[in-house]
Amino acid sequence: MDLILVNLIDGLVTGLLLFMLSAGLTLIFSMMGVLNFAHASFYMLGAYFAYQISIYLGFWMGLLVAPPLVGIVGAAVERYGLRRVHQYGHVPELIFTFGLALLIEELVKFIWGNDQIAYRIPEILEGAAFSISSYDIPAYKVFMIFLSLGIFAGLLFVLTRTRVGMIIQAALSYPRTVEALGHNVPLVFMGVFGVGTALAGVAGVIAGPVLSTFPGMAFVLGSIVFVTIVIGGLGSLGGALVAALIIGWMTTFAKAYNIRMEDILTSLGFTKPEPVWDSAWADLWTLTSPQIADILPYLLMILILVFRPHGLFGKRDV
Amino acid sequence: MRTIVKRGTVAALSLAVMASAAFAENVKIAFIDPLSGPFASTGINGLHQYEFAAEALVNANGGVLGGQKFEIMGFDNKISPKESLIQLQVAIDQGIRYVAQGNSSGVANALTEAIDKHNRRNPDNRVLFLNYSAVDPALTNDKCNFWHFRFDANADIKMDALTDVMAVDDSIKKVYIIGQDYSFGKAVASAAVSFLEAKRPDIEIVGNELHPIGKVKDFTPYARKIVASGADAVITGNWGSDMLNLGRSIIENGFEGPIYTYYAAADGITAAFGETGKGSLRLVSEGPLNPIASDRAAEYVKAFKAKYPDGNVSQARITNVIEMLARAINDAGTATDVVAVAKALEGMEHDSLWGGKILMRPQDHQAIQDVHIFAHTNEAVQFDYDNSGYGMVVESSVVMASADAPTTCNMTRP
Amino acid sequence: MMQNPDNTQGRMDGGISMRTAMPWILAALLLLVMPFVFQSNSAITIMNQMGITIVFALSYNMLLGQAGMLSFGHAVYMGVGGFVCVHVMNWGIFGSIPLPALPLVGGIFGMLLACVVGYFSTRKAGTVFAMISLGVGELIAACSVIIVVFFGGEEGVSGDRTYGLPFFGVEFLNQVEVYYLTAGWLLISAMLMYLFSRTPIGRMANAVRDNPERAEFLGYSSRWVRYNSFVAAGFFAGIAGGLFAINYEILTEENLNLTTSGSILLVTFLGGVGVFFGPVVGAIVFTLLQTVLSLETEIWSLYVGALFVATVMFFPSGLAGVMQMHVVPIKLGKWRLLVMPYVTTLVPAIFCIIGVSGLIEVLFHARHAAIGETEMTLFWVTFQHTAILPWVVFALLALSGFWLARRNAPSLLDAWHRANTPDGADT
Repeated sequence: MDLILVNLIDGLVTGLLLFMLSAGLTLIFSMMGVLNFAHASFYMLGAYFAYQISIYLGFWMGLLVAPPLVGIVGAAVERYGLRRVHQYGHVPELIFTFGLALLIEELVKFIWGNDQIAYRIPEILEGAAFSISSYDIPAYKVFMIFLSLGIFAGLLFVLTRTRVGMIIQAALSYPRTVEALGHNVPLVFMGVFGVGTALAGVAGVIAGPVLSTFPGMAFVLGSIVFVTIVIGGLGSLGGALVAALIIGWMTTFAKAYNIRMEDILTSLGFTKPEPVWDSAWADLWTLTSPQIADILPYLLMILILVFRPHGLFGKRDV
Repeated sequence: MRTIVKRGTVAALSLAVMASAAFAENVKIAFIDPLSGPFASTGINGLHQYEFAAEALVNANGGVLGGQKFEIMGFDNKISPKESLIQLQVAIDQGIRYVAQGNSSGVANALTEAIDKHNRRNPDNRVLFLNYSAVDPALTNDKCNFWHFRFDANADIKMDALTDVMAVDDSIKKVYIIGQDYSFGKAVASAAVSFLEAKRPDIEIVGNELHPIGKVKDFTPYARKIVASGADAVITGNWGSDMLNLGRSIIENGFEGPIYTYYAAADGITAAFGETGKGSLRLVSEGPLNPIASDRAAEYVKAFKAKYPDGNVSQARITNVIEMLARAINDAGTATDVVAVAKALEGMEHDSLWGGKILMRPQDHQAIQDVHIFAHTNEAVQFDYDNSGYGMVVESSVVMASADAPTTCNMTRP
Repeated sequence: MMQNPDNTQGRMDGGISMRTAMPWILAALLLLVMPFVFQSNSAITIMNQMGITIVFALSYNMLLGQAGMLSFGHAVYMGVGGFVCVHVMNWGIFGSIPLPALPLVGGIFGMLLACVVGYFSTRKAGTVFAMISLGVGELIAACSVIIVVFFGGEEGVSGDRTYGLPFFGVEFLNQVEVYYLTAGWLLISAMLMYLFSRTPIGRMANAVRDNPERAEFLGYSSRWVRYNSFVAAGFFAGIAGGLFAINYEILTEENLNLTTSGSILLVTFLGGVGVFFGPVVGAIVFTLLQTVLSLETEIWSLYVGALFVATVMFFPSGLAGVMQMHVVPIKLGKWRLLVMPYVTTLVPAIFCIIGVSGLIEVLFHARHAAIGETEMTLFWVTFQHTAILPWVVFALLALSGFWLARRNAPSLLDAWHRANTPDGADT
């Protein structure tokens, strides 16, 4: 029972982190139709920028300064790269971000090297915040939970309660009309891209110390961000949150409990071949849930796309 | 260093047929390992160790065969089996007769088969495979061949030594085994199970599981399971960021026992663990730096660090490769007839720079050597890793580990 | 924009003419003499790799270029076809199959897999298709380490091609024999893929790509059209897998994973998706970059990334697209107008690139070389990275090249317009 609670908290941390990444992406995606393949690269940039700043000014300044920096880089990419490619259509746009992801990874390697870098959590957040029976909940995780919830609340407030948010929402659905009303839609796009990438930057800043900061961190995270927004439904912030939490809990529980294929097959009435390693089905019989935990989201995505192409909360086709 | 790699291009698409090794002044060794991509730092550090060893141990003493120098040529395989085979072909075309590789057993497996086939099909320009780091036991068992020599202790030998040490530690009652889901991770797990069963039947294996390689972002759920299982010790064959993240996660979530590893050292890992890993991390390996075996070895490490301040002497066995190859070439009296060199290398006994003896077992071409269990610490560290102040200090040693271990190798000799 | 001028000509002539056959005859002759020009084994190995990549990239372009389907998991069809071929090599039956027939087995299995996956993935085009292909790609790549029986885990499955039935006495012991096998299959599959694009189904794929609604109104099921293209692409990817199996005699996880799927997207786009021979150009350039440039410099992938981003930004029609843009000036006989502007703009541009990459290399060397190793060789010149001179020279090259290219670019643009305007037309 205690372990379930602990796993719920761990899954929540994973899910919220994923949400922070996918929130920006889903905004960008639904507004500009761009599958930003480089989104995870901005997450990586966030971690590296924060590391560089934390060397001189400490972790907290890194948390404060790195995300806006990432946002500026993102806005510049939109202004000087994407806007140019936009005229050629969606596929070249997507391929542009694909190439950009490669380029950013190479640049990071060129500047910071190939190794892991020693980007650490601040001393004040080291150690456990509290324990559930014998399981420690690190203080840093609690901090991550509150920070991401705060950002979600802030985002929701901006989008639904402010004038800027209204324009963004309108531009999402009727870009032409909004432009006709005298708003500068390209500027809105640039702003959204900048804010979206800055959010990814925040995720990088706080995830870097726990998930380790190295040039492959964007690739490891990779496409799971798309999976999240596709499952949640495009343009739906709530959908992104729900999908991120589902993925977080699903993978955490699949890893935490050894559900063995052997048990499932036996309960279905199959008999285990002996010796199992000699059988053609050996791999199926010895399969356990931790082995496949990280590919479960992809399976879920395929099923969702086949049976419900709008995703969970989307209003239109992916 | 770049100048050496450069020459690869000349042959890559050159019109001329390159001069064969018979005319070459130097004995060239192709170093086929990742020099770009995520594993580049390991590969480049390995290349530096080879270059330094060749220079300091052979060329500075006048070379082999009365004056021929060793020349290390780097080939970037991007840790891909396909690219390795292409680079192997490029190397062979340049008249290279010796191939060194170590990172990834998958690549080693592809190379050893390709070299076996090549040598069968082209008896005129055969090559030898000097495997300095790929430890999949199969390479010197079912998949062994006459051209492959392994200088590292394989996964079984390391586990044999590791379990020797664990067997005498009465505080260990429960063990958790976790590893990456691929051939090496599985080899480690099955070796651990069988050795523990034989040596300490009372030890309970409370967990034995595999996780996807290079894909796990957060190891917390695994760490929770390990803590919940009440294990006294953890065994893992993980490497790279999987090692770092697993180790950190286990420690942060409250595990206090020893974590026995194969690869939790150098290449940034020692620095990244830092204080966190002290008291928990153990490493099974050969070639101790702390305490160092001799003044000569200490001088060697100092000279290496003076040349490559950011590098590590992390694969001490590389000096054994270079010294033993040089001896074999001198004994055989030729550097071009690799069959003679291989026969000289078989059964060779060698005094390692790092102390102890090395025997190249003739049955399976597996080097038998002393294997040590190290602790990650910052005390009594003369030579640290990653300039972090932390290093690996010998806790216990097994002399000539697994010297009589059986092998299923059935070699056909030319 | 997909129209190759030669092809329209061929259509008007109604069938095979000297004009349509000429490129193929030339290609066949070229393939025939290449091993006599480049004799070293490594050159032949690299050419084999090119051949395989060309077949794979052409197959990918059946999806991306001709049917407008963006796939992130095309490697799995090549990989699965290849894995089946290696398994066949290990069976007793292999002794009675001539090796040149093996790629066909790979093709059939690649096609079978595409039949299954295509059934649900081709229902929609666009992002839905892209994301399903991504998911399927990830799943099968992940399975490769889990299902050891078929995929052999991380170390893969290997075989020996020489155990096959000798083909007219050829046992495929050396690389040249494999080269001719690869070249033969390359020619056959390229021709078949070209013919496919001329069939009504191939034409309909273009129509569905450009406007699925109109195609539906004409009575075609756009899903069925996409399905056909998808299955055909799977077949040729499987053939590429079979060729891979023959050439390397080993298939591993890397043949299935996302990196391979992603790089074939790069290759195809770099070459140009709008032209049939675009992927061929892309495959040749990319393979050369990968094998030759990586021997020159450790940071080769930085250059490849930059080249790729630059291609998308400035030449979205790819290298072949750029080549094809010159057809009009040549036909008008006005290509001479372009020579001088090209020289005055491109030469400084090349100097600028040399300068920038020189700076990057010197910086890289200065940061990563061993203590005391200050000497480096770049562009056949050996110098010290500690010296000021190389930095100054490269910086000057970069700046002046950039300035000159920038200054002359408008005149190039002007010349380009004039060269593309027929005489007498109002300018």
